Amino acid sequence: MAVLTPQRSAPDAGAAGREPRRLGFSQRLGRWDVKLSPYLYISPFFILFAVTGLFPLAYTAYVSVHDWSLLGGQGDFVGLTNFSDVLAQPTFWKSLGNTLSIFVLSSVPQVLVAITIAALLDQNLRAATFWRMGVLVPYVVAPVAVSMIFGRLFADQYGLINSILTLIGMDPIAWHGDRLASHLAIATMVNYRWTGYNALIFLAAMQAVPRELYEAAVIDGAGRIRQFFSVTVPQIRATIIFVVITSTIGGLQIFDEVRMFDVYGLGGPDQNWMTTVVYLYDLAWGDQHSLGRASAVAWLLFLLIILIGLINFLVTRRISTSDAAPKTTRKSSTRGNA
Amino acid sequence: MSSVAVTAQTAGPAAARAAARRRARKSSGGTRRAGWIVYTLLGITLLISAFPLYFTLLLGSSDPVEISRNAVPQWLPDTSLFTQFATVISSTQINFWTALTNSLIIAVLVSASVVLFSTLAGYSFAKLRFRGRGPLLVFVIATMAVPTQLGVIPLYILMTDLHWIGKLQAVIVPALVTAFGVFWMTQYLSESLPYELIEAARVDGASMIRTFWSIALPAARPAAAMLGLFTFVQQWTNFFWPSIVLNSNNPTLPLVVKSLQSNYFVDYSLVMGGVFLVTLPLLIIFIFVGKQLVAGIMQGAVKG
Repeated sequence: MAVLTPQRSAPDAGAAGREPRRLGFSQRLGRWDVKLSPYLYISPFFILFAVTGLFPLAYTAYVSVHDWSLLGGQGDFVGLTNFSDVLAQPTFWKSLGNTLSIFVLSSVPQVLVAITIAALLDQNLRAATFWRMGVLVPYVVAPVAVSMIFGRLFADQYGLINSILTLIGMDPIAWHGDRLASHLAIATMVNYRWTGYNALIFLAAMQAVPRELYEAAVIDGAGRIRQFFSVTVPQIRATIIFVVITSTIGGLQIFDEVRMFDVYGLGGPDQNWMTTVVYLYDLAWGDQHSLGRASAVAWLLFLLIILIGLINFLVTRRISTSDAAPKTTRKSSTRGNA
Repeated sequence: MSSVAVTAQTAGPAAARAAARRRARKSSGGTRRAGWIVYTLLGITLLISAFPLYFTLLLGSSDPVEISRNAVPQWLPDTSLFTQFATVISSTQINFWTALTNSLIIAVLVSASVVLFSTLAGYSFAKLRFRGRGPLLVFVIATMAVPTQLGVIPLYILMTDLHWIGKLQAVIVPALVTAFGVFWMTQYLSESLPYELIEAARVDGASMIRTFWSIALPAARPAAAMLGLFTFVQQWTNFFWPSIVLNSNNPTLPLVVKSLQSNYFVDYSLVMGGVFLVTLPLLIIFIFVGKQLVAGIMQGAVKG
């Protein structure tokens, strides 16, 4: 790091320049260069992030305590009225319930299936890259397109899934009528897009598991299945939590799939599959035009995400500290096998 | 300056070492090759991944009346698919070419900007010493968990005041930097860029920015490429914010899907043909960069 102090470049400059005055100037310039450059390099990020990320988030609080219309602009200061209005709306609570339900239906099966796929990919495969790329294909399909395609698969009448159900002698399901069924359909769309992606994260974690552990397990007489549950799963525990946290942040903000699930895109006639972000959208850009109330929803959702994030963090900490080898596992979750 | 060659020389063995390590780890996993059960299960997984796309092609090839009577109208796509493509492309309500161009402009500009600013900041955090470095880095990491998408309302007010509604800059400017990008490049550079290289360049009399340009930037290339790819995919598939500030006259490709749904919802074969057409560009790109995306995720890219 001595290099980053200007003295180091002085001998070089001294050899080049003969006049002491010019040397002094370039030396001073060099010192400023060393002192200011680090700040100069990080400033584009901080300035842009402050303007487009942090300021809007903070200003949301300001809008939320005002009567603020989409068309009329800023109105009177109304205190916490927007919050109490929103909290008194059954639709808000219903949207929150839908969000949590879709979140649970998408994250739990997703993690289980992703770990299974990762375990398959972790075998000694021919054409490993082909298989890995194959499971990632859904990731490049836009959520809106996924939603359109699955909307057809889950069509109430003549949809493929209901046809199959009828074929095997079951009753067709009202995917757009029944609340839980619609959540299942939307969760399936989320799972389709993210399972392969998460499988690759788990795969990276699995490859970081020391192979000696497996050798020891084999000596102890453990079969493949036993190895998986007694060695692999405990070793990638931190990565599992990491994936759960990232899918929490995404899962509580589901929007695209709901917007496309029917033509109106507002969660159905009874708001059966309206998520909280769609509710926020509807408050601001739907009939109500109320940016104030929408901001209140944004803040409530923000607090919820932070709260769940904190709970996740505390759980992670507890689990990693009780982990026998937390460091290797933790490393794999952030940097993989690099 | 010879610094680029020096980087190549040092980056070469480092990359080779990493690859060798990976190879060694893989082969030590078990000399036994995977059995047919594994391949069968993976085959099923791949079928499930690909089927929805194939199904889109089928519906795009079928007659709308058939679709409303039969879950799988036919088993093979046919040339009537191209009729749907032509209708979508020429439709005045869809603005397909505008959408394609817009998506490309947004994805390219945002990726370039995220990569440049993240590399700059990442280099500074990873290799330079300055007052406040620690707290500022903690701040960057903390903001990664903050759902800044929830600031849409003030951002919308801001865009209205700037008269940017309906214009591409409304989508581009808020996406120019990401905290994740900075974190990602900091991590990579602090591990893979040796101090000796920077020192050598400084001794040679290179200015700070010259050192960044000819030492740090080439060394950051692998991580920068991955960051760029992920940003590209994320922008290309992004719907929430563009659907708020753009409209069907000046759309991006995901907005085209929404227009298709609201304009042609009775003609399902046309809608599905359009959905496939919208998905196609990224699928083609995926064939070429899929390998890098896989590597990027496995090195710890976080959902963005």
